[in-house]
Amino acid sequence: MSEFAVELRNVVKRFITPEGHEMVAVDHVNLQIRHGEFFSLLGPSGCGKTTSLRMIAGFELPSEGEVLIDGQPQGKKPPYMRPVNTVFQNYALFQHMTVFENVAFGLEMEKVPKEEIRRRVGEALEMVKLSGMERRRPRQLSGGQQQRVALARALVKRPKVLLLDEPLGALDLKLRKEMQLELKALQKEVGITFIFVTHDQEEALTMSDRIAVMNQGKVLQIGSPMEIYERPNNRFVADFIGETNFVEGEVRSMEGEWAQIYIPAWGRELSGRAGPGLQVGQKAWLSIRPEKIRLLDEPRVNESIQGRILDVSYVGADTRLFLEVSGVRLKVWEQNRLSSLEATHFYRAGDAVYLALFRENVLILRRE
Amino acid sequence: MLRTLRENRPLQGFLLILPTLVFMVGLLIIPLMLTLVVSFGRRSPDGGVIFTFSLENYLRLLGYERNCPSGEAVCFNPLYLQILWRSITLAFNTTVLVIVLAYPLAYYIARAPARWRTALLFMVLVPMWTNFVIRVYAWMMILRKEGVINLALGWVAHQLGIPFQPLEMLYTPGAVLVGMVYEFLPFMILPIYTSLEKIDLSMYEAAADLGANPWRTFLRVTLPLSMPGVVAGTILVFVPVMGTFVVSDLLGGRQVVLVGNLIQRQFLDARDAPFGSAASLVLMVMTLIVTYFYTRKFGFGEEIIAA
Repeated sequence: MSEFAVELRNVVKRFITPEGHEMVAVDHVNLQIRHGEFFSLLGPSGCGKTTSLRMIAGFELPSEGEVLIDGQPQGKKPPYMRPVNTVFQNYALFQHMTVFENVAFGLEMEKVPKEEIRRRVGEALEMVKLSGMERRRPRQLSGGQQQRVALARALVKRPKVLLLDEPLGALDLKLRKEMQLELKALQKEVGITFIFVTHDQEEALTMSDRIAVMNQGKVLQIGSPMEIYERPNNRFVADFIGETNFVEGEVRSMEGEWAQIYIPAWGRELSGRAGPGLQVGQKAWLSIRPEKIRLLDEPRVNESIQGRILDVSYVGADTRLFLEVSGVRLKVWEQNRLSSLEATHFYRAGDAVYLALFRENVLILRRE
Repeated sequence: MLRTLRENRPLQGFLLILPTLVFMVGLLIIPLMLTLVVSFGRRSPDGGVIFTFSLENYLRLLGYERNCPSGEAVCFNPLYLQILWRSITLAFNTTVLVIVLAYPLAYYIARAPARWRTALLFMVLVPMWTNFVIRVYAWMMILRKEGVINLALGWVAHQLGIPFQPLEMLYTPGAVLVGMVYEFLPFMILPIYTSLEKIDLSMYEAAADLGANPWRTFLRVTLPLSMPGVVAGTILVFVPVMGTFVVSDLLGGRQVVLVGNLIQRQFLDARDAPFGSAASLVLMVMTLIVTYFYTRKFGFGEEIIAA
């Protein structure tokens, strides 16, 4: 067994658009996906995540670079010779076959004996909780059930790697959340490497061991959900995953992992964790998550900054405040820790507040 | 008046189907009833119809003949049964050949780049702008003794120094088969194309992903998913081939007589409308029976007809 389940080495994919222009869908991507890992490719539509997945499956061939599965270079191998299976976005179930026949199809192609096919299809359907549905047609199933058939059909082949192309995209929110947990549990149970393509950041954070965030054909950051959320290494990642406030500034000094940033709008310097590639004198972003800003009623802390509440929205678990701080707008999310119906217990539009931006919560990111 | 119409939904519906209804009743139902009535009649000596109720025409089709050469009152003459059988086998052979020829072409067009498809389909339809009969005549030019094929073969033989005897191709069952296949090919290509074109590309990808090579993908996925097109095409080809007489008349001469020719001759040459009517109805019933069993097994290909 080689070190990685899947490896992409300097993979480039170019397309010619119908207008005759060349388009780089995947731009020198390097990925090393470990055995048994739940790995997500996350990014907005058109970022190259699906194309990357399709190159692993063999539906597309790289223009440059190499795809390795379990250490084996795949070259121009067609999909039917690769030890991976795919769960398609639209499920791509065979409408002319029953559930049983759909799941059995891949095993028949391997010429597995009939008895064994029956046993393994039974097990696969049990695993996705569809026992008893063997004789139904895909059309007679709900979206969630079709999703499970697609999953069983791919898993029954015991692939080295399972590729999932936005498999939950067509499900409603509640079912989607259920399936996220179920899929994660299933992956732990079978121990197969999952490569999961999604544009839903919350989904990626919930399910993945590691995430690769992609934009415009490039991988911007690879890391655990925690790393991606707490230590985004550029503005795109910070913005795409969760919500973030950005304030323009300039790097004044750096010391170890900390940097000082001067914010012209506020006429003061603030301290924060230095992002990668930061240099003194450079323009930079002060970046802080809305839930990481502390609100104070009085200027108790030295560093506190005065602001005014423009708008308040109560969303149950927390209250979302929109502040104006010397010409800069900031989002702040305050958890509603105390149960109350008293309006005065909540912040109101027009109130003056003081903000504390603790340096542990502040990231200073390069401005490209 | 207009107000009543606006509020009366059943009346609206009736008015919408009225033109078609008049057309169908006047030109299909009533003539069919007349045919049925006439088929039980008898030919008068001057070629008119004597209305009675006699099964004689039907018995004659089944082979019971009066005034036999042997002098017996009734004898068995399989002539008409042979004609019926020939028509069915020809329709069957034509349909099979048309499927074999149409499928690869439809497949090719369906998988061609989108911008080429319209042009290719257009080329399939272009011959249909020419009159049906003229296209059959063209085949006579190709197949006859001094026709294109024989001229070409003769020239080749002459170049090679081989003695050449022109092939007798016109007025053979083969010529009729070729003509039929040619005439009805587009009616198979179009529905098969439609059904192939509707297959989502992800179906092919899913099959390949699960380990099916292109050939097995074709057998297990493409072919079954395109069956509605084949079924619709089969009905569109089999039914008219059973009834046409122009192709067999021109390319088969007196050698290849089909039910269609029989009916035509009864009405025009023999002036035996009752017998012609009986033959028409037998043809219709035969076609209905075959279609009935076929559609019961495979359906109508309604997905395609609806598309």
